[in-house]
Amino acid sequence: MIYTQKTSPIQKLLRVALYAVLIFMAAIYLLPLVVMILNSLKDVEEIRSGNLLALPQDPSLAAWSKAWSSACTGSTCDGIAPFFFNSFKIVIPAVIISTLLGAMNGYVLAMWRFKGSELFFGLLLFGCFIPFQVVLIPMAMTLGWLGLASSASGLILVHVIYGMAFTTLFFRNYYVGLPRELISAAKIDGAGFFLIFWRIVLPLSPPIIVVTVIWQFTQVWNDFLFGVVFSGVDNLPVTVALNNLVNTSFGGKEYNVDMAAALLAALPTILVYVFAGKYFVRGLSAGAVKGA
Amino acid sequence: MANKRPFTDMLADSMPKLVLAPSFVIMMVCIYGYILWTAALSFTKSRMLPQWDFVGFDQYTKLMANDRWAVSSQNLIIFGGMFILICLVIGITMAILLDQKIRQEGFLRTIYLYPMAISFIVTGTAWKWLLNPSMGIQQIVRDWGYTDFTFDWLVNSEMVVFCLVIAAVWQSSGFVMALFLAGLRGVDQEMIKAAQLDGASLPTVYRRIILPSLKPVFFSAFVILSHIAIKSFDLVTALTGGGPGYSSDLPANFMYAHAFTRSQMGLGAASGMMMLGGVLAILIPYLYSELRGKKQ
Repeated sequence: MIYTQKTSPIQKLLRVALYAVLIFMAAIYLLPLVVMILNSLKDVEEIRSGNLLALPQDPSLAAWSKAWSSACTGSTCDGIAPFFFNSFKIVIPAVIISTLLGAMNGYVLAMWRFKGSELFFGLLLFGCFIPFQVVLIPMAMTLGWLGLASSASGLILVHVIYGMAFTTLFFRNYYVGLPRELISAAKIDGAGFFLIFWRIVLPLSPPIIVVTVIWQFTQVWNDFLFGVVFSGVDNLPVTVALNNLVNTSFGGKEYNVDMAAALLAALPTILVYVFAGKYFVRGLSAGAVKGA
Repeated sequence: MANKRPFTDMLADSMPKLVLAPSFVIMMVCIYGYILWTAALSFTKSRMLPQWDFVGFDQYTKLMANDRWAVSSQNLIIFGGMFILICLVIGITMAILLDQKIRQEGFLRTIYLYPMAISFIVTGTAWKWLLNPSMGIQQIVRDWGYTDFTFDWLVNSEMVVFCLVIAAVWQSSGFVMALFLAGLRGVDQEMIKAAQLDGASLPTVYRRIILPSLKPVFFSAFVILSHIAIKSFDLVTALTGGGPGYSSDLPANFMYAHAFTRSQMGLGAASGMMMLGGVLAILIPYLYSELRGKKQ
C-alpha cells in the first residue's frame, strides 16, 4: 500500500528481512500440520525411536486406514468413520435451518422495521456473546422433557438456536447495505413481504449466504461443548470421538493413528477453507468488524 | 366479502412480526429464560437433580472457598490476559508487515489463517504432541545436540497454563491479523498520501494516522478474543485435560465438571453465573461505547 519508488541498498535489505520474517511465521503456523502429516505416515516404532520432524522412512497409509475404520474410541472400535458421518448428519440440517432463519430474521430487521425490532436485534446480539455454560443445565433439562435428550435432533436444535444470533447478524448487516429504493419501489407497486424477498432480496443474497453457510459449517463441525453435553452414544460428533480416541489408554499409545484421526476430523473444515477461504475471511471480518 | 380485504391487509401488515415471532420466543426462552433459570438454580442446593430448596448465596460462598475455582479463575486471568495481548501484538504486526505490497500475499494469508478453520480439539491434540517433553519440541532440540534443553511446561503445574496460551495464540492470531488487514485496507488513502507529501516518515504515518483509525478493530478484536478465552473449554480438555491435577482448569471446565460429572448442579450453576458476570463486565462498556459512537 505504502512504498517509495527509490530503492536504496538499506531498503533492499529491509525488504529481504521482511520476507524472511513472513516466511518464518508461515513455517511456525505450518509446523503442527506438517508434524501431524509426517507422523501419520510412520509406524509407531519409528515415532518412538525417531524425531517428530524426521521424514517417514517407509511412508504408509496404514495409520490412516486404522484411524478411519478400526481404531478404538472409548467403548467401540470402528474407527472415527461412523462419527464423521454423525457430524454430517448434525451439521447439514443445522446449517440449512439456521441459515434460513437468519435470512428471514435479517430481512425483517433490515427492511421491515417496526416498533421494537431494534430492541429485538439488540437482545439477540447479546446472545452472540453469552458463555454457553449459563444455558447448559436448563437446555439439558428441556431436551429431556421434549424426549430429545441424547438424540441427533436435540443437538441440531441446540445448534440452530444458538447459531441463530450469528446468522441473523450476518444477514441483517448485509441487507442494511442494500439500496432502500429497491424495496420501497416494489412496495409501492404492491408487492408483498414474501414476493419482495423471493424476487428482489434473495437474488442479491448469494454472497452472504455463502459466508453464513461457511461460518455455520465451521462452527457446528468444530463444536465440542454441545456435542459432549447433549449427544448420546449413538450420535457423538467427530470432535468428541477424536478426544475419546486420543485419550483411550487401551494398550500401547498409537500416535500415528491419533494424528491421522486428528487430520481426518479437521479435513472437512480445512477443505472448505482452502477452496472458499476468501469467503471465510469475509465472513469473519463482516461478523467481527461491522457486526459487534 | 367486505371483511376479506381488511383481513388480508392486516395479515400483510403483521407479516414481519409473524416471521420474527418464533425467533423472539426462542430467544426469550433459550437465552434470557435459561439465564434466569440457571440463576435460580444457583441459589438452591441442587446436586444431581434440581431441588428447589433455596439456600441463598451458599453456593457462591462455597465457590469462593473452593480451591479448584480459585485456580481456574486465576488461570483465566493469566491465560486470557496473555492470549489477548499476544494475539493483538502478533496480529497487528503481521497485518502491517503483510500490507507492504508483498508478493504471494494471498498465499501467506491462507497459511496464517488456516488454524482458525480447525477445532480447538484438533489444535489441542496437535500441540499435546509438540509440547510433550519426551517426543515434542524438547526432544527435537535435544536430538540436535543441545542435550540440556528443557521445555517441560506441559507437565509442570506452574507453567502449564502457558501451554494453553501457546496453542490458543497459534490458532487465533492469524484471525486477528485478518481483522487488522481488513481494517488497514479501509484506511483513507488520501490522508496517507497527504501526510507523506508533507514529509511524514512511514513510522509516523502508522503511529499518527493509521493505528488511531484502527481503534474500532482493536475493540472488536478485544471483545472476540476475550469471548474465546472465557469459552475455552475444548482446548483445555484436549491439550491438558485440566492437569497436572487441576492446575490448568479454566472456569468453563470447572462448570462442566461440577454440573455434569460430579453432581454438583447448584455449584455448577453458580460458576456459570460468575462466567456470565465476567462477560458482562467486558461487554457492557463495549456496547455502551458502540452505541454512543453511533449516536454521535
